[in-house]
Amino acid sequence: MKPKAVKKSATKYILIALAVLFIAVMLAVPLATVLVYALRQGWDTFAAAIVDPYAIKALKLTLTAAGTTVVLNTFFGVFASWAITKFRFRGKQILTTLIDIPFAISPVIAGLVFIYVFGRIGWAYPFLQAHDIKIVFAVPGIILATIFVTFPFISRELIPLMQSSGTDEEEAAALMGAGGLRIYRKITFPHVKWGLLYGIILCTARAVGEFGAVSVVSGHLRGKTNTLPLHIEILFSEFHLTASFAVSSILVAMTVVILVLRNIVEYRVKREERSH
Amino acid sequence: MYVELKNINKTFNGFQASRDVSFGIEQGQLVGLLGPSGSGKTTILRMIAGLEYPDSGDIIINGVRVNDIPASKRGIGFVFQSYALFRYMTVYDNIAFGLEVQRSRKADIRARVAELIKLIGLEGMEKRYPHQLSGGQRQRVAFARALAPNPQLLLLDEPFAAIDAKVRRELRAWLRETINKVGITSIFVTHDQDEAIEVADEIIITNAGQVEQKGSPVEIYKHPATPFSAQFIGQSRTVENYAALNGFEHVAGFDRAIVRPEFIDVEKRGKRLMFESAAETGVVESIFFRGNLSELTINLGGTRIIANRALEAEEVAVGEEVSVLIYRLYLYNDSAVRLAENVLIRDVNTVFI
Repeated sequence: MKPKAVKKSATKYILIALAVLFIAVMLAVPLATVLVYALRQGWDTFAAAIVDPYAIKALKLTLTAAGTTVVLNTFFGVFASWAITKFRFRGKQILTTLIDIPFAISPVIAGLVFIYVFGRIGWAYPFLQAHDIKIVFAVPGIILATIFVTFPFISRELIPLMQSSGTDEEEAAALMGAGGLRIYRKITFPHVKWGLLYGIILCTARAVGEFGAVSVVSGHLRGKTNTLPLHIEILFSEFHLTASFAVSSILVAMTVVILVLRNIVEYRVKREERSH
Repeated sequence: MYVELKNINKTFNGFQASRDVSFGIEQGQLVGLLGPSGSGKTTILRMIAGLEYPDSGDIIINGVRVNDIPASKRGIGFVFQSYALFRYMTVYDNIAFGLEVQRSRKADIRARVAELIKLIGLEGMEKRYPHQLSGGQRQRVAFARALAPNPQLLLLDEPFAAIDAKVRRELRAWLRETINKVGITSIFVTHDQDEAIEVADEIIITNAGQVEQKGSPVEIYKHPATPFSAQFIGQSRTVENYAALNGFEHVAGFDRAIVRPEFIDVEKRGKRLMFESAAETGVVESIFFRGNLSELTINLGGTRIIANRALEAEEVAVGEEVSVLIYRLYLYNDSAVRLAENVLIRDVNTVFI
């Protein structure tokens, strides 16, 4: 028995070492570098880059876009997954597949799609022009692009959860005369709440960091349509290296907060699954 | 008739789950819908509840045609096969749910839930969650939850399917007693004939989407109306060449017969006291110990039949030749069943008594 056990633990430690090494090289060192570069020219330069009006505008826009996106996607995701899991209708499979499209399409293409629809060459342009609505190269375009890229996150999280819980409880409640809203509030929602929160967190993380699609529709107007990732890219391409790393550290900090939240929620989800 | 189904048809994606189903149920009865899986019994139950809608035909409850009345307005209590207890609610909240939906007064709700918890014997467990209960307790909660809003009709879908054998026996007796006490008209679905016979006042046998027979357990057992009922009920075995058996003659139009263990008496050779001339000789092929009796498989000139033998009777062995007396058979063809008694027993009776 003993040699086998020893061998087993050797495998274990080799695997652990490999994983740690990989994460160190690919993630920890680069992230540490961000902080090191950000603080290389001292605290004052760092602070100046962060409190720079353009940086603050970019942060505000990022938060606005991510916030709006998450609210709308939560709304959409909850209803889509509800429809897909609790009702029978034609074309359900097609709808499920369509929801996944953003995962498969490159964000740049998602951005271009909006240019072709709402931009100067787009088919909706005359209408938008006539009503004085600006979408492309403006905040609505950024929000639309972010929504497009992130909308599967919440429904993808909810659909398997709601499927596994079946429709019996809902049917039982409906038989006793409960309306749709009460059924959702009392029966469906308690079952999916942690999954929903997990989906919201993933969606937020992705929305905050979105670059490709937003870059296409934003037009890079400083102080107007620049989100944090775009602002960082501009600083970097203008050789304001320290400033770009300093602003990056804001994004890194946000990511860390999101990661911690994600872990807490994941722990709750697991505990919930064990007890029910 | 309290509940009446008239010419109900229902098709799911080309599969006909109900074919021209018609039957009526008296108020206060406990009725069992009995049939093999896929015979359409659950579909009938779900249509009465309003969880499915028939393609054609009428469903009438208490004199009102309910086809277009939604499930929630039919005043029906439904116990699901999986119980479908609300897993994020306590026992108390589960039972109170239907009353809260009806916006009953808080004090009334409390009184009614307390009454039901007492009825199902789960006092002190009001604060537990469904996952903290045993299978039998969950079933009782599901039952109480369905009864809480005072429905006029209670429907139970395979109420004992998810419970282990021992608890199931206790629960059957309990359910029957409780339903009688409450006095509510009830319909339950089952594929287990023992369950139907033990619990129901009336049994409706379904097969391939059709109603085969409706009657009391005794009627169903003693007078099967269709070939399906005759084969489905009891431990029935088919005998192809029944005219070769002592005491039975071929009846025109009936090519096969059914024999059940309770129609057969097995005796050791030379030990039979009466009707030796009416008996057959068979060979014991196997013996199964069933706890309260032994089940013998006997080869009667190529036909295998099943007979029971009491444990206190003298033991027989595998391979032993035994005397087999068949009292009666059910003769059947594609559409009819008739009873055939052993003629030799009758003759002997008339001569000697």
